[in-house]
Amino acid sequence: MIDLIKQYWQPFLWGSPNHISGLAMTLWLTVASCVMGFALALPLSVGRAAGPLWMRWPIWLFTFVFRGTPLYIQLLIIYSAIYGLDFVRNTPGLGPFFKDALNCTILAFTVNTCAYTTELLTGAVKATPRGEVEAARSLGLAGSSLYLRIILPSALRRALPAYSNEVILMLHATSLAFTATVPDILKVARDAYADYYLPFPAFGIAAILYACLSLTFISLFRKAEQKWLKHLPTT
Amino acid sequence: MNKLAVENIHKRYGATEVLKGVSLAARPGDVISILGSSGSGKSTFLRCINLLEQPNQGAIWLDDQEIKLRPGKHGMLRAENRKALQQLRMKVSMVFQSFNLWSHLNVLQNIIEAPVHVKKVPKPEAITKARANLAKVGLNTDVEQKYPAQLSGGQQQRVAIARALTMDPEVMLFDEPTSALDPELVGEVLKVIQALATEGRTMIIVTHEINFARHVSNRVVFLSEGKIEEEGPPDEVLGRPKSERLVQFLSGTRWNAAS
Repeated sequence: MIDLIKQYWQPFLWGSPNHISGLAMTLWLTVASCVMGFALALPLSVGRAAGPLWMRWPIWLFTFVFRGTPLYIQLLIIYSAIYGLDFVRNTPGLGPFFKDALNCTILAFTVNTCAYTTELLTGAVKATPRGEVEAARSLGLAGSSLYLRIILPSALRRALPAYSNEVILMLHATSLAFTATVPDILKVARDAYADYYLPFPAFGIAAILYACLSLTFISLFRKAEQKWLKHLPTT
Repeated sequence: MNKLAVENIHKRYGATEVLKGVSLAARPGDVISILGSSGSGKSTFLRCINLLEQPNQGAIWLDDQEIKLRPGKHGMLRAENRKALQQLRMKVSMVFQSFNLWSHLNVLQNIIEAPVHVKKVPKPEAITKARANLAKVGLNTDVEQKYPAQLSGGQQQRVAIARALTMDPEVMLFDEPTSALDPELVGEVLKVIQALATEGRTMIIVTHEINFARHVSNRVVFLSEGKIEEEGPPDEVLGRPKSERLVQFLSGTRWNAAS
């Protein structure tokens, strides 16, 4: 076991400058996909909650497809199937993009978390107290001011606890990345296992690393809740 | 010369006609109380004035200038454009039965939000005005940083009144301002509204507080089943009711003409 740790501690944590792996890679996958997914989900959720039918329906379809199918299948299709299309291989921008495993993986995770986050935020926007929206309208707030100053700040605060859940789930979902040859924590653990045939140290260390990351995210979100949810009644 | 004039408002919800041609004219400084039983259409009528509800028919004049309305979806009237609607709402402020303060903003932020983002008043000026209006409604600067959830109902409603005041409105609308308050807290809010009335503000108040209506307003309107049944000075309407519906309504509320 000591030999396993001595050989694999660096790949488990960060790898090397040209070949990032392990915890650093998992962290990168989680943060990149969650940040991009959230940024896309914001306008989509407003469109889904308050837009006209021609806007609401396609967004619903998008969230249905990406929440209604397993993340693994989405990853397989984006990683294996799309590059097989002639049209993708021959287009200058698309070909090189889909050839790279990391790009495909982050794309799959981003789209998936975007779908879940869109539904989350849509619910939060729709749950904005009707009276507060009416008061805002009655004072002359409308359009983007209404959304940016009243509805979204209220909705994002409401969505914070549930969104922290989504981020933790995404953290664990990134363990699928090894199937697309991306060297995350689980890939290093499997390499260590294949080398030493010691499942408890190999997968145990992986589990501990995921737990440490989870704890970090949980603490960050708790701080965020203390700051952003202090307007709620205390009883 | 009318501050606010509303003519022939009709409002239908599906097959039910809630307002059947209601007209009202308010001169500057008028304090008009609207009374009526539930379902008579008084809140709906008030909300049509600032177009929170879209009437099916009618006209609105503010300071003798018509707010042009045009038919929108399902034949309901809306302001001709967004700017006209905003202009109307900048001059006509509303205070709601359930206060409707923005729960994620503290008291000061609640009050300055609309002046800063709708009227584009510079923030320091808005804060000064907000503080003055907070004092006017009887709240001191201690409550400025508090959130609505930390205040009592009476305090919340007074903040809501300060919020409506800070827009410097031409007309103030009150939709049953004390109906959601504990009886002990009703008095403090009514005192504030009375002070505003003596100041000379044009106000239209939907209320169930008949004594208040008698002492503070200079005109009382009794709405029944979507039409104005009686209208006139409070002593006349409340002291010598002519229509049967009004007599029934007043006796039902156990209001004594001698009090």
